[in-house]
Amino acid sequence: MIQRLLAVGLLAGLLAGLAVAALQNVTTTPLILAAEVYETAAEQTHAGVEAHQHAHAVEPAWEPAPGLQRTAATSLATSVTSIGYAFVLLALMLLSGETIEPKRAALWGACAFASTGLATSLGLAPELPGSAAGDLAARQLWWIGTAAATGAGLFAVLRVERPLVKALGVALILAPHLIGAPQPPAPESTAPAELAARFAAASLAIHAITWILVGAAVGFVWRRLPTKTGAEAAA
Amino acid sequence: MTTKTLSAAAIVSASRLEILRAALVVFTLGAGLVYLAGFSYASVAHNAAHDSRHSLGFPCH
Repeated sequence: MIQRLLAVGLLAGLLAGLAVAALQNVTTTPLILAAEVYETAAEQTHAGVEAHQHAHAVEPAWEPAPGLQRTAATSLATSVTSIGYAFVLLALMLLSGETIEPKRAALWGACAFASTGLATSLGLAPELPGSAAGDLAARQLWWIGTAAATGAGLFAVLRVERPLVKALGVALILAPHLIGAPQPPAPESTAPAELAARFAAASLAIHAITWILVGAAVGFVWRRLPTKTGAEAAA
Repeated sequence: MTTKTLSAAAIVSASRLEILRAALVVFTLGAGLVYLAGFSYASVAHNAAHDSRHSLGFPCH
């Protein structure tokens, strides 16, 4: 059972991840690179003498070289995320006794996008390098809490018949936004607003495509990978 | 007859337990991979995944 889940998640996640990585290369990445030009220019104007004094104090950590290495690193990270998403989707569908086939799994992917993409963007818009932001750990905590609460809330509303549970689901979906996401002191950015707006829209589209592709691929691979026992086939 | 029903029920619950266990293992693994690519503070992980984190809407910097 575990071997089959691992094989399906790896294969489906990799298929979706590589497709998304190719899309990122022509959509979000060029916008990130453009924003970094503004960010570096702003840093140089601001830091001036200070940066020169601290230049040799800390050895910088490894980072991918511009060009092929950076594209490869981004593709790898996107594939790892997609494989992770595929495992999570498979596990949740199995736990809820759902039939795993492409259409159903893609619908689950759409709900997952509503949780990790739409709900989180309401508080924390997809950001370009150089934009002001609140404390990182607090934002990460709010992001994870919002994704989990929205996912659980959607499940309660869509899959449970009892009205009380549905009401609890609506409360779970609303709660993170009543609490509010950590915000920066001032909404500043070194990148032009037009660039940031294009990036936010492109990032949400990429996020949606990621989840729907992961779902469809999970359903597709699950159906095609041979089963060993009847119990697994029934799952 | 009773023995047959019982053993059939035992098989069903055993496979249900197996599914539950496998799903939990795979969920934990999946969450770990998403954490590594999207949330980890290790500077190598952050620098390698930088563009991917921004693109997929993870909080960054």
